[in-house]
Amino acid sequence: MSDLTRMLQETVTDAVAEKRPLQLIGGGTRSFYGRTPKGDPLQLAGHTGIINYQPKELVITARAGTLLSEIESVLAEQGQVLAFEPPRFGEGSTIGGVIASGLSGPARPFNGSTRDFVLGARVINGQGEILRFGGEVMKNVAGYDLSRLMCGALGTLGLLLDVSLKVMPRAVVERTQVRSCSEAEALALFRELAGKPLPITAACFTDGQLCLRLSGSRPAVLAAAQRVGGEELDQAAAFWVGVRDLQHPSLASDRPLWRISLPATATPIEGIESTGFIDWGGAQRWLSGRRDVTPLRDQAESLGGHATLFRGGDRDSEVFQPLQPTLLDFHQRLKRALDPVGIFNPGRLYPQL
Amino acid sequence: MIQVLPLNSATEEKNISFSLGELVAGLRELLPDDGVLLEEEDTRPYECDGLSAYRQLPMIVVLPSTVEQVQEVMQLCHKLGVPVVARGSGTGLSGGALPHPQGVVLSLAKLKNILEIDPAARTARVEPGVRNLAVSEAAAQYGLYYAPDPSSQIACTIGGNIAENSGGVHCLKYGLTVHNVLKLKVITQQGDMITIGSDALYSPGYDLLALMIGSEGMLGVVVEVTVNLLPIPETTGVLLAAFDDVEKAGIAVGEIIAAGIIPAGLEMMDGFAIQAAEEFVQAGYPIDAAAILLCEVDGTRQEVEEQIRLVREELLACGATEVRQAEDELQRQLFWKGRKSAFPAVGRLSPDYYCMDGTIPRHRLPEVLKGIAEMADEYGLRVANVFHAGDGNMHPLILYDANKPGELEKTEELGGRILELCVEVGGTITGEHGVGIEKINQMCVQFSPAELAQFRAVKAAFDPDGLLNPGKGVPTPRRCSEYRTLHKGHD
Repeated sequence: MSDLTRMLQETVTDAVAEKRPLQLIGGGTRSFYGRTPKGDPLQLAGHTGIINYQPKELVITARAGTLLSEIESVLAEQGQVLAFEPPRFGEGSTIGGVIASGLSGPARPFNGSTRDFVLGARVINGQGEILRFGGEVMKNVAGYDLSRLMCGALGTLGLLLDVSLKVMPRAVVERTQVRSCSEAEALALFRELAGKPLPITAACFTDGQLCLRLSGSRPAVLAAAQRVGGEELDQAAAFWVGVRDLQHPSLASDRPLWRISLPATATPIEGIESTGFIDWGGAQRWLSGRRDVTPLRDQAESLGGHATLFRGGDRDSEVFQPLQPTLLDFHQRLKRALDPVGIFNPGRLYPQL
Repeated sequence: MIQVLPLNSATEEKNISFSLGELVAGLRELLPDDGVLLEEEDTRPYECDGLSAYRQLPMIVVLPSTVEQVQEVMQLCHKLGVPVVARGSGTGLSGGALPHPQGVVLSLAKLKNILEIDPAARTARVEPGVRNLAVSEAAAQYGLYYAPDPSSQIACTIGGNIAENSGGVHCLKYGLTVHNVLKLKVITQQGDMITIGSDALYSPGYDLLALMIGSEGMLGVVVEVTVNLLPIPETTGVLLAAFDDVEKAGIAVGEIIAAGIIPAGLEMMDGFAIQAAEEFVQAGYPIDAAAILLCEVDGTRQEVEEQIRLVREELLACGATEVRQAEDELQRQLFWKGRKSAFPAVGRLSPDYYCMDGTIPRHRLPEVLKGIAEMADEYGLRVANVFHAGDGNMHPLILYDANKPGELEKTEELGGRILELCVEVGGTITGEHGVGIEKINQMCVQFSPAELAQFRAVKAAFDPDGLLNPGKGVPTPRRCSEYRTLHKGHD
């Protein structure tokens, strides 16, 4: 447990004065994500500690450098979890990296995303000021919601000092049902089941098998398992950790990995069979290998979604789907409002930010 | 002493000047005759929202009926430099839709089409003037509903819900508006249309949805909303528990949560509110109780049975004097009717009432209730407490008589101090009603000057001329320094 706030503020203040960009680094396990980092490295992994944890209030507040594994084990002692299942890309994954990347695990369509669980944050802005937004309560509409805005911003809007998150009880029982089917059948079944009041908390398709995770009380999960049919999967917890951390063989290769984010109801995307990995009940589809960017993005867009070069490939290119000009303009203005000289992670999200 | 500063000192720091003739002529060109209201008899109904203590006769009210018209009105107002206050159905409780004396009220009430319900994707695409409840009603045929259910849901619009990030009684489990919206089409102050979010679960770039939702009409005008729909739960169970002590009820809330249960709804009412509600709707509430808890759980039949059993155990272990389960849908509705009519019920006991909206960490409830009671005594006013116990959002109702000279001022002062107490215990001045004009002074208490300056910079990024809902939400530095000076005098 150590509080580096003062040192971090001084470093930022100096960097602002010298207009010297900083590259914010937590555990470094997400360094593959986003565009090539630039600027002087500033290590945040030493800024650690759980500041407040109130199980009955369903809230935990931790410094950005706190290990995700530490937070999750402290929560587990009280039978609680981070319900958005943040991926752990390595032992060093920090809660700051979880927020900055905004990535959520298999439970995302059913339990909500990383930002859905953010209640508040303390940040150092691009003027070296320490600001607190949101708080530790569930409902709070005072001021603009700048704490949730930090999610997925890849550190380009400020240096996260600490974050308050809503936590949830761990399900009493979890059970995964599998059944063999084609991709088209899987997508149809996802749609059908999503409209029913069933305790589903994960739904993926891989290797010609559809996997559904059910969570809740024992009798509820048993009844739901009978309704959805199929066989019970052994070692299901390990399987879902693999899905969460992208350890599945078709995702863990060295080839470029594309994340296609689509409405769950979108038709199969051309070429998806080569990877055959669909998560989020159809809303997240993975493609691997070299792809022709423009047609891929056009296709994703025509289906109502986006294509991200998630890992590998040319990290100096536009790894995120380019924004419409007016929208990009607002992004630039917002960036300037929080980081007027542009010292935080320049270019990590978009070249213009 | 604390004073509520009149709107005029909310001080737009720049001068607003434009030709009224040019504006009216321009608007008449864009809209049909009945879309531009100028006469006092027509504009008077728009002088306030649900916070009727604040009134301002609008200069002009416009009622566009298409998105294109909204965009053209915004382009014209941008060109001429005219302030714009967007408005839904005017049920807001913080004066967020209070007109600007030199501005246009942009009513979105005519944009009330449900554009599409996609049962397979479980989404509804609606115009901003669609009423909250109408979305669930339209989705019901597919076994779906829209989760956020503010108590004004019969009348309030989705556009207004976006502006305020509305909650309701089911927030702890199902979230606020921000957790249930996928995509927005927004007209900016400059009159451009932008699409924020998407039909997919991830969108690239900054999370502008989170920023726009709850921004009280100060960053853009929402013209289309895609919301997420949920399957209607298979079944629902409700328990009503009576306590002879508010503190015991508060402890029970914590124990239910510690037992791993996230109730769909968990509401508390104090003795005063119980009696008022019972007199009003005969819900069968135990009128001698110091507090009651209403706990609703939903899910599959098996899940609900299990949770009802666990919740009952916790309630009894925490000293509930009585625990009743709603035996059928009729009784369930009746239990809720008492809670849902608590405001008007309390209102019947007094010529006027003022509804507050602070949120606190739940474990501080006993001391906050005690503090409220002491302050109420000090001001000689009565306060009834209705509490979204699951999420810590309090709605103290202050009873007063606006016809008694000075009583409204006294009430607002008490209200302000209640909110400051919420901040003191680690909470916030507004859980779901918004800052609007009502709580603008308390923003100076909750946030530092640097934080407020950051809010102003974000506002300027979207609205450099400060013409969207000016004077609301974020106080000017001058207002804060005036308020802090007055506040010091009080201490």
